[in-house]
Amino acid sequence: MAFFQAQEISISFGGLKALDRVSFTVNKGEIFSIIGPNGAGKTTIFNCINRFYDLDEGVFLLDGKSLSSAKTHQIADMGIARTFQNIELFKNMTVLDNLILGRHRKRRSNILTEMFFFKPVQRQEINSREKAEEIIDFLDLEAHRDQLVVNLPYGVQKTVELGRALAMEPTLLLLDEPTSGLNMEESEDLAFWLDDMKEELGITVLMVEHNMRFVKQTTDRVLAIDFGQTIIEGETNEVLNHPDVMRAYLGEENVCNA
Amino acid sequence: MRFLMKTDYYQDIRLFKYRSTFFWYLALVLGCVLLPKIIDEYMLSQLTFICIYAVAGVGLMLLTGFTGQISMGHAAFLAIGSYTSAVLTAKGVPFLLALPASGVTAALVGIVIGRPILHLTGLYLAIATMGAAFIIEEILVRWESVTNGNMGMMVDTPTIFGFGFDTEIRFFYLSLVVLILVLLLAKNILRSPTGRAFIAIRDSEIAAEAMGINLASFKTQSFAISAFFTGIAGSLYAHKIFFINPESYTIMQSIELLAIVIIGGLGSLHGAVYGSIFFIFLPQLIIISKDYLPSFVQDQTGLQPALFGLLIILVMLFEPMGIYGRWLKTKFYFEWFPLYKKDSFKREKKYQKAERH
Repeated sequence: MAFFQAQEISISFGGLKALDRVSFTVNKGEIFSIIGPNGAGKTTIFNCINRFYDLDEGVFLLDGKSLSSAKTHQIADMGIARTFQNIELFKNMTVLDNLILGRHRKRRSNILTEMFFFKPVQRQEINSREKAEEIIDFLDLEAHRDQLVVNLPYGVQKTVELGRALAMEPTLLLLDEPTSGLNMEESEDLAFWLDDMKEELGITVLMVEHNMRFVKQTTDRVLAIDFGQTIIEGETNEVLNHPDVMRAYLGEENVCNA
Repeated sequence: MRFLMKTDYYQDIRLFKYRSTFFWYLALVLGCVLLPKIIDEYMLSQLTFICIYAVAGVGLMLLTGFTGQISMGHAAFLAIGSYTSAVLTAKGVPFLLALPASGVTAALVGIVIGRPILHLTGLYLAIATMGAAFIIEEILVRWESVTNGNMGMMVDTPTIFGFGFDTEIRFFYLSLVVLILVLLLAKNILRSPTGRAFIAIRDSEIAAEAMGINLASFKTQSFAISAFFTGIAGSLYAHKIFFINPESYTIMQSIELLAIVIIGGLGSLHGAVYGSIFFIFLPQLIIISKDYLPSFVQDQTGLQPALFGLLIILVMLFEPMGIYGRWLKTKFYFEWFPLYKKDSFKREKKYQKAERH
């Protein structure tokens, strides 16, 4: 069943058609990857979902509801969380504060009650903390809990960013190149976590990824795009072995020789 | 180095991390309460000004230090607070109502001004706020039926339930209490979701938005709460100097407020207090120490402003994190003695940060 759908989405920047009538369907509870060479328009899709950019044509549907009328900050309220290609953490905060910030959409207090730090605000803080601790436990971040993000190594920062997205309790998680900059071991960990997220938390994952090994290992279905146009959407193996996909990645000549 | 065995999450949201911290703050407050016994009226009056500027500083700190939005028009909110309080008390409204009313009026004006301009960033926002301040200053000059225009207006002595704050000591205590309350309110905001949202906006607007933080709303809230505190400070200021006219609230005043938070240390409430101490006491210190300088230096004209300016430059050069940053480093030095290294606080330079997202 279709959980998240892109229908004929197009966007252009000046004369450049970044996305040209791309459609794809993500089913509930699956891990779906978007692959394609640099500049194919993968991250642009994410930025359109997040409403950082406005689509020229087409529509995204989440559970049948259109995202077009939502504002950027309302996308989070609809249960869509994301990570960024070049980590966008709050660098001068601790890991814990970053995770608790992920709880923002669950906030029930307002600035006036917070000013006096009334009991409900305190309880809300404790609840956020408990949820953050669950995520710390899930992602093995105990050692870094009270450290400033800016002082952490790249791989850990990536994990914290994933954790912050999880703290939002999303139904759809967008991961923008989750393995870039990670070493083999960290990628392996991530693959396990993705599996757990899918099995235990029931989160649907949509990711942009370059690491084909990782895609093969984790993903259920794949969309391949190039120059803003769909090459093929389908089962992982089918897409990765498709001649047009290999051509887009490796070039005409290499495919002939292979 | 102290270790705290934590057994409850409530321990982490407490106002004071250690019991000793609470003790030291208590000692500080007691010290302030006893201070009037040993210093003269003039110094006491300067202390009152420190409290007033610190209240305004806390306001601007929330906006600039925590939310990352520069305002060069905060003198306008100071003015609105002053005039609201002056006009209301002249009409017979009790001071206890006029004080919060001046904050609320400033906050409302802050919302009206802030909402349309807060999507600007950095210097553009600074200039826009400056423009707004010019308008407000002009209104104060022209609206003679209420503000008495350039002639200025006298301000009554504040009274609470018949108790008049007519002496230096009494007014100092009043300002001190207001400062402590404002610090508490600000601290509470900062340890709640709103405060975190402010800091999130400062650190990464894109990520903040993707987390569901409504940028327009939270920037406006930050502006409003900042204006609220500055308005409160304005009210105290008016009652302190007895006479106000629009010339007391120029762009110079706005820049001074900005300097207070930057010198104090952006991103810390302590900084707002340190900054105002620096700003009020340093000129006094220069005057006092002048007596000990050789006579050819003493007789130089313009010595005081020059030295003051020089010291500001030196602080910025050697302590970009402000006075609070220096305080942190000193504390760290003693906590970790003898392990402190010169580079303990040095930030690694990063080159891989790209603009894409």
